[in-house]
Amino acid sequence: MVERTPLFDAICQAILLIGLIVALLPFAIVIIAATHDIRAVNIVPMPLMPGHDLMANLHEAWVRADLGNKLFNSILFATSVAAGKVILSAMAAFSIVYFRFPGRSLLFWAIFITLMLPLEVRIVPTYAVAANALAPFQAILNVTGITWLIQTVSGLQLSLQWGLLNSYPGLVLPLVATATGTFLYRQFFLTIPDELAEAAKMDGSGPVRFFFDMLLPLSRPNMIALFTIMFVWAWNQYLWPLLVTTDPKFGIAVTQLKLLIPSEFGLPDWNVAMAGTLIIMAPPLVVVILMQRWFVRGLISTEK
Amino acid sequence: MRAFGSRSKAASPSQSPLPQAGEGEKIRPTQLMEKRATFSSTTIGLVFIAPMLLLIFVFFYWPSGQALYWAFTLEQPWGGGNQWVGLQNFQQLLSDPVYWNSITRSLVFGLASTAIAMGVALVLALFTDRELRFHRAYRSIFVWPYAIAAPALGLAFRFILAPEAGLLSVLNSIWPNIWNPALDGKDAMIAVIVAFSWKYIGYNFIFFLSALAAIPRSLIEAAAMDGAGPARRVVDIQLPLLTPTLFFLLVINITESFQDSFGIVDIMTQGGPARATELMVYKIYFDGFKGLDYSGAAAQSIILMGLVVLLTIVQFRFIERRVHYK
Repeated sequence: MVERTPLFDAICQAILLIGLIVALLPFAIVIIAATHDIRAVNIVPMPLMPGHDLMANLHEAWVRADLGNKLFNSILFATSVAAGKVILSAMAAFSIVYFRFPGRSLLFWAIFITLMLPLEVRIVPTYAVAANALAPFQAILNVTGITWLIQTVSGLQLSLQWGLLNSYPGLVLPLVATATGTFLYRQFFLTIPDELAEAAKMDGSGPVRFFFDMLLPLSRPNMIALFTIMFVWAWNQYLWPLLVTTDPKFGIAVTQLKLLIPSEFGLPDWNVAMAGTLIIMAPPLVVVILMQRWFVRGLISTEK
Repeated sequence: MRAFGSRSKAASPSQSPLPQAGEGEKIRPTQLMEKRATFSSTTIGLVFIAPMLLLIFVFFYWPSGQALYWAFTLEQPWGGGNQWVGLQNFQQLLSDPVYWNSITRSLVFGLASTAIAMGVALVLALFTDRELRFHRAYRSIFVWPYAIAAPALGLAFRFILAPEAGLLSVLNSIWPNIWNPALDGKDAMIAVIVAFSWKYIGYNFIFFLSALAAIPRSLIEAAAMDGAGPARRVVDIQLPLLTPTLFFLLVINITESFQDSFGIVDIMTQGGPARATELMVYKIYFDGFKGLDYSGAAAQSIILMGLVVLLTIVQFRFIERRVHYK
């Protein structure tokens, strides 16, 4: 604090307190509504004293939205996306920073441009690619005449097919395919003193050894930050999982929220809807609260 | 490489990284920094970058190219491949009042929610930065909303703002039918704006606070010595030094309002009532996957891509002219 301004400080505190209430109110409403029975939750205004039906509502939401299976899928999905990002971007950044091969800056830009267009914007064609992930290669082979060549030589009709709809790779891979993490690593690698690589080379270490034994251990803080932010981001994805997983076997938790909306002419069981919301929003919230330092750090250093 | 010597501390998590000021302008993607010590094996270098390249080729470049192709062609109803139609898809789109409607809605939504989310976050960050009592609690709690999935908070707000239950229904019991997002388009728009802004207050707060923390304390103290009160310091020191963060957040908020709004709209209003909340991404989804009009959806995607790219270019122009004060 720079000077004593008791009146102004009081105003600040009052406004911050209002902010706090606004920030916490939705959480409070969700939690309180989840404890009521269906009669209490529909009273206007909703009673703010918690009811006694929390466990029953949680159980009902769990069964209705098949959350056991869906939460498992969500955890698997978010962890795979985060791990994929952490690993692939470290490798790509290593290649960009520590090697000099022709066309390197072109590759750098090719990766960089992916930051511009989020998945939501190019959703329709990405979906078409997911239906057959090998379609791009098939098209290239067709255009270059290799398909024709193989067919005339061996009589085999070449058709590449790898459908990703309703599969874990289909959920995960398109979300890994952006540059977000690559730049975090790149910036970090650039801060590592040259002497380290020189010393490693002098001691006879090759690039692979240097990457695994020096760079990766040094980038641990970055990896944790990136993992945290990517886990939360992936958990909260909605549009892509909604499209790709029509088979309930592969569905994730967040897309199940739609099932929990009380139908217009059915029972207004908001208590169950809020209990479901509570379960589904809890994991990323817990991650953010426990890993706040990493989360904030990851957010600020990845998104610029 | 020498320039980075002073930045090595930023790798430790205890120090809050500075998003805009000082740090960023040294490492600009436009300038490729060179390492003195590099490895010569091109093969290993390519092996390391290959998985990433393969992924972005299949899931980024190919689809983007495909979108372009579809936007200028029309699928024949009985098969037989796509036929080149030039700008016809775009002409059709741009002469469609429903499409213009969705652009207007998106802009209203984007600008309103950006203004609210950034304004509130800025005030909260400025006050939290004064380090009064409980500022640690404020600092962590204001971040929480950003952790919530858009559809989850959409469902929460659908209940809170429901006309017959929840909180705002109180209004209806005093003045009947004053608030009904299920029937009144304006109310529905307000509801989605409130839900989206609530989430992004947390996001903007993180960036404002860390930019404020980057302003040297001595500057504030010197101003106070010269008799500048808190308000004067905000206007003359903190806001000017925050300009890069302001521009950055402005662009990010508008871009996010195009994409992250999908979950909120889909859960809260499904584009209704009467298309009142049909934002651009929602319309692409609806036309492409419900209406199966790939060419129309692709043309819409291209226009949206253009918008986003334009915004990004604007952002980079401002990043180039970052404010320096060190």
